[in-house]
Amino acid sequence: MSGKMKIATIVAGVAVVVVLTLVFPPFRTYQLATVGAYLCVTAGLTVLTGLNGQLSLGHGALMATGAYTLALSVNAGWPLTAAFAAALVVTTVIGGVVGLAAARLRGPYLAGLTLAVAVVVPAITSTFDGTFNSDQGLSVALEPPPGTVTVEQWQAWLAWGAALIVLVLLQLLIGGRFGRELKAVRDDETAARLAGVGVARTQVLAFVVSAACAGIGGALFAVLAQSVSPGAFPLSLSLFLVMAIVIGGLGSLAGAAWGAVLLVALPALAHTVTEGIDAQRLEGNLPLALFGVTLIVVMLAAPGGIAALRPFKRSPFKRSPFTKAGLRPLRKRSKA
Amino acid sequence: MKRLWSVLTVIALAAATTACSESGGGSGSSTPGVTDTEILIGTHMPLTGPAAAGYSKIAPASKAYFDYVNANGGVHGRKITYKIMDDTYNPATTQQVVRELVLQDKVFAVLNGLGTPTHTGVLDFLKTNRVPDLFVASGSRSWNQPDKYPGTFGFNVDYTVEGKILATHVKETQAGKKVCFLGQDDDFGKDSLAGIEKILGPVAAKQSYVTSNPNVGPQMGALKQAGCQVVMLATVPGFTALSIGTAAKIGFKPQFVVSQVGADLGTLTKSLGAAAPLTEGLISANYLPLATDPANPWIQLFTKVNTQYNAGAELDNNAVYGMSVAYLFVQSLQSAGKDLTRDGLIAAVEKGGFQGPGLVPVRFAKGDHSGYAGEQLSKVEGGKQIYFGTPYTTDDDAGAVTAYTTAPVAPPQNGIPAAS
Repeated sequence: MSGKMKIATIVAGVAVVVVLTLVFPPFRTYQLATVGAYLCVTAGLTVLTGLNGQLSLGHGALMATGAYTLALSVNAGWPLTAAFAAALVVTTVIGGVVGLAAARLRGPYLAGLTLAVAVVVPAITSTFDGTFNSDQGLSVALEPPPGTVTVEQWQAWLAWGAALIVLVLLQLLIGGRFGRELKAVRDDETAARLAGVGVARTQVLAFVVSAACAGIGGALFAVLAQSVSPGAFPLSLSLFLVMAIVIGGLGSLAGAAWGAVLLVALPALAHTVTEGIDAQRLEGNLPLALFGVTLIVVMLAAPGGIAALRPFKRSPFKRSPFTKAGLRPLRKRSKA
Repeated sequence: MKRLWSVLTVIALAAATTACSESGGGSGSSTPGVTDTEILIGTHMPLTGPAAAGYSKIAPASKAYFDYVNANGGVHGRKITYKIMDDTYNPATTQQVVRELVLQDKVFAVLNGLGTPTHTGVLDFLKTNRVPDLFVASGSRSWNQPDKYPGTFGFNVDYTVEGKILATHVKETQAGKKVCFLGQDDDFGKDSLAGIEKILGPVAAKQSYVTSNPNVGPQMGALKQAGCQVVMLATVPGFTALSIGTAAKIGFKPQFVVSQVGADLGTLTKSLGAAAPLTEGLISANYLPLATDPANPWIQLFTKVNTQYNAGAELDNNAVYGMSVAYLFVQSLQSAGKDLTRDGLIAAVEKGGFQGPGLVPVRFAKGDHSGYAGEQLSKVEGGKQIYFGTPYTTDDDAGAVTAYTTAPVAPPQNGIPAAS
């Protein structure tokens, strides 16, 4: 599928979602909005992890950065657009700093660094509780939506509008030279350097792009919940994000979309299940188990993730999912 | 085109997951959650997570009382369905589950949502959707803002009032001692400390904790270092136990004076296990009859309901609390009359005049949405929590702490408040 086709698909997909928001009941519209917000994050993360081979366990923290920036800006009286811009800028800067360190690290050390970023969020919010108000978090005072639009529709449109921009920009980015550089660095750093690709530069840029997407996603979460608190960005969120893109299909934007849907659908499913069997005390823990089981099943049945499944194609192994979707980054890398 | 298929399937799945269940909606009544035969209400509770110890028993006890009322004909012919959602005491999860209750299940009202940090985050959402938000299970002063949140009412004595009453006791009996404070790092701790400092002036040392970090070692160390002789705690039960245990470990034995919400002896005993004797001498306060007082007619009623409808759960102070909330809610429904609307319910609660199990009255009035007006002090003696002295009431400002001498009423014969 050509680049233009892909962009047309993205636009069509988002248009369908927007139509859905007009017919859905409010709670479903709210869930759709949440999918949109997650999609911004998973799309950025799949570019970083799937296409560039850098594993980040700290994207939840980058989302928190975006969310807190938006909350503080809105509460300081800034208009929503300016607050989004601030969230984007701040997360980009933080992403640049983390990315600079990350580009020097490999494998478990890279995972360790990003993990530390994820773990530090609650500590920061309680150490600087004057600004971040500790575990209680901040409320986000939003203007009511214009006209007769319901709050949930307004939130869904914001989220999917942002997702549209993020997806189109990412598609343009990875469809061209930068996309090829990302993959070249992922597959063999030495070969990439010999071919004239700036390895460190590419890695830092990938991290920055991905962080900016996470910042937008986080800011959307602040708008959706009308509040931010460290409990919204726990370590498990960062792990869920990685699991989601792996289950969805590493390295493809369609896989990121699948992942975003799962991030909303699986906890909802867990809730329905526990409701049926009157085991409400299970509920807080069941989504974790469900995600784990899904990961195992998908990896056994479809190692390339959901997006690599081609139920409508006659010869599914013509393009093997093994070579196509993302097993290569796990290969041992050459020393930089 | 493969990719197009892929994307379209994603969207179809999104549509499927989102469209599959829409709740049936009310039949014949324009008020959400109310039909001729049923009233649907919901709550958010920490059934799991850092605050689950003790608190997870509240909502099942409320539900047991509703089942008792339902079995006796309901309220104005309607049965009460109580939907309990687990928010794990995480404000972000509270946002999710309350949206589900209001937008998907279309509950008539939210009852007894638990927690200061958790419930603070949903105040605006409930207000926007005009959902009555009754008897919040927390003593934050945020619930008492009738102008800003006309549908929100508290239940607990507010933490500032409680702080003043506890501090008055400390001032009278522990004069000259060094008094310190450990509180939750949110409005719970802040409101409590405000009340304490209104009576005692600035405390000698203050520390805070967050529920997401189950370690109070540094805090107790600092309080020991400061030479504290009395430590006042604004903590949830798990952290009360943790504080007492941690202090004992480092050989620090101050007099602990604990907020009602963190002082249920049954819960503390379970959390401390073999170290339970450390609770001996603990001072606290409460406004409801204690579960360990079988002579109290309300405890007799609640024991009966608990045995019949609460699946063999033990009747502890959390269960007493849950049933008292349910009793007050049934009183409000009776007062709101047969023609039940959201505005009608709020007006009925504002009308006030409820008499129930409390040792002191609830304050509800047009300009006052705070719950119980005061507390009576309690002490752990011989492994049993008992009341001493008289109940006190005060306001959350500069008002004096005064004794309240009116005796509590007895429950109605059948245990269900009559229609007024």
